[in-house]
Amino acid sequence: MFAQRPDPRPATVEVFVGDAALRVPEGSTAAAAVMLAGLPAIRETPVNGSPRLPYCMMGICFDCLAEIDGVANRQACMVTVRPGMRIAPQHGARAARMSA
Amino acid sequence: MTDLAIIGAGPAGLAAAIEAASLGLSVTVIDEQPAPGGQIFRNVERASSDPALAGEYGSDGAALVRRFRAAIQAGGIDYRASTTLWHLDTVGGVLSLRGESGTGSLVAQRVLLATGAQERPVPIPGWTLPNVLTAGAAQILLKQAGAVPRGRTVLAGQGPLLWLLADQLAKAGATPALLLETTPRGALRQALPAGLAGAGFWRGRAMLAKGATLMAASRRAGMRVISHVTGLRAEGEGRLQRITWDGGGSTEADTLLLHEGVIPSTHVSRALGLPHQWDETQLCWRPEVDAWGATPNPLLAVAGDGAGIGGWQAATATGALAALDAACRLGRLPEHARDSRAVPHRHLLRRMLALRPFLDRLYAPAPGVLAPADDDTIVCRCEEVTAGQVRAAAALGATGPNQAKAYLRTGMGPCQGRMCGTTVAAVIAQARGIPIAEAGALRPRAPFKPITVGELADLPAG
Repeated sequence: MFAQRPDPRPATVEVFVGDAALRVPEGSTAAAAVMLAGLPAIRETPVNGSPRLPYCMMGICFDCLAEIDGVANRQACMVTVRPGMRIAPQHGARAARMSA
Repeated sequence: MTDLAIIGAGPAGLAAAIEAASLGLSVTVIDEQPAPGGQIFRNVERASSDPALAGEYGSDGAALVRRFRAAIQAGGIDYRASTTLWHLDTVGGVLSLRGESGTGSLVAQRVLLATGAQERPVPIPGWTLPNVLTAGAAQILLKQAGAVPRGRTVLAGQGPLLWLLADQLAKAGATPALLLETTPRGALRQALPAGLAGAGFWRGRAMLAKGATLMAASRRAGMRVISHVTGLRAEGEGRLQRITWDGGGSTEADTLLLHEGVIPSTHVSRALGLPHQWDETQLCWRPEVDAWGATPNPLLAVAGDGAGIGGWQAATATGALAALDAACRLGRLPEHARDSRAVPHRHLLRRMLALRPFLDRLYAPAPGVLAPADDDTIVCRCEEVTAGQVRAAAALGATGPNQAKAYLRTGMGPCQGRMCGTTVAAVIAQARGIPIAEAGALRPRAPFKPITVGELADLPAG
């Protein structure tokens, strides 16, 4: 769990992590928003369903994969926040979507 | 068409771009981050005035990025931020890129890989638990979002970055409770000859003094230090709750920040088939380059930490040297001018590398960091493959990470082996009683980063 220090950089960009709205400083990434939101996990792994949060924050580990603005499997640590961005957890392996 | 394409806008890439543009080359800088600086000077244009980041970051980092911005203004540099290189055709010099406006390609006469370093994986039991991060990750959160870990923070591992981070967190009002230092007893004594050789201590005295200041400051701020720690474990149900270590050590923790040094980011250089050597001192793979950063491939050079760990100042020197060589190869600079312009950069490089042999030996990771002893420890975070499974594959005949990949999927997850490759090689080497160099390095394939089918389809035909 990470907390913001409001003095050096004001939190001005509103994003949604899961259903919760929060403000983060300009230039932050979606993964930083996840850490600041205090989410218990951003994804559950496809193999064992174990919970994960960001680990490296620099595009190496792919543990921060999330659904961002409707697109799954994005590296949250490589995506800069934009006003209104929606960052949603991913659960396990993806299932095929069947259209009726 | 560009004369020189530079991959990465960290210290090496920025210095190379500035130098090359000043010699009249057309330069394109490709970088995944939205702003220049690399990982070390990440977000420095926004965060340089943060008091927690005062020092090299706020002064030298900000100055380097300002010089880059001025060079862009002066013309000759096409800076493409938030852009990923996902394929490189080394025959035609064609770079396949993905940026915010979609996919595209670029043709370059010469390509400089300045992809920097990544933190060495620290595969301990429980390292996949939420709230276990790398020390670098916490530093990035501080630079990028002004954020600090809340609650009880424990640092574990070794190396200069841990002390720098401890000091920065203390200045940010979030002093870590505890540092569990893994440097073994006797390491200092063993490393001393490397510091005395070539007057390394004398030439690196400013760096040593800085280190001592950081250590004193974090202790003064109240961080407790336990030395010679072995057998680290992160434990908890669904999240980190406590850390234990050999000899009955145990502590509650909300955040654990791991660090065992950095290694070259060789994902792209390996994918391109460049020859790499196992560096026995730095215990990592590095691409084979000459004194100008040139590889055996006529198109490609590598500069900065991606060619071997030397730190940001050494990276600016190797970046500039690679730029001089590029200008010479493209016929814009006579050889004698290249050589004379190289002198100050070589001087800086020698000075910045003076302390490195000592640091490399002092902070050499323990054998258990390279190849975890505990069979249940996860080695491949993506596919959740354990050290025991890799050992079993080695017993069945897997000779290296490229074969283990077919047995176990290690290297087939989304990170493409960036995290597990070196560990899998070390575990197999240990199990088979061969050197790591013989186990070999993973050979990744393009795309270097995942792209969507839609992005692929959007590529212009031809």
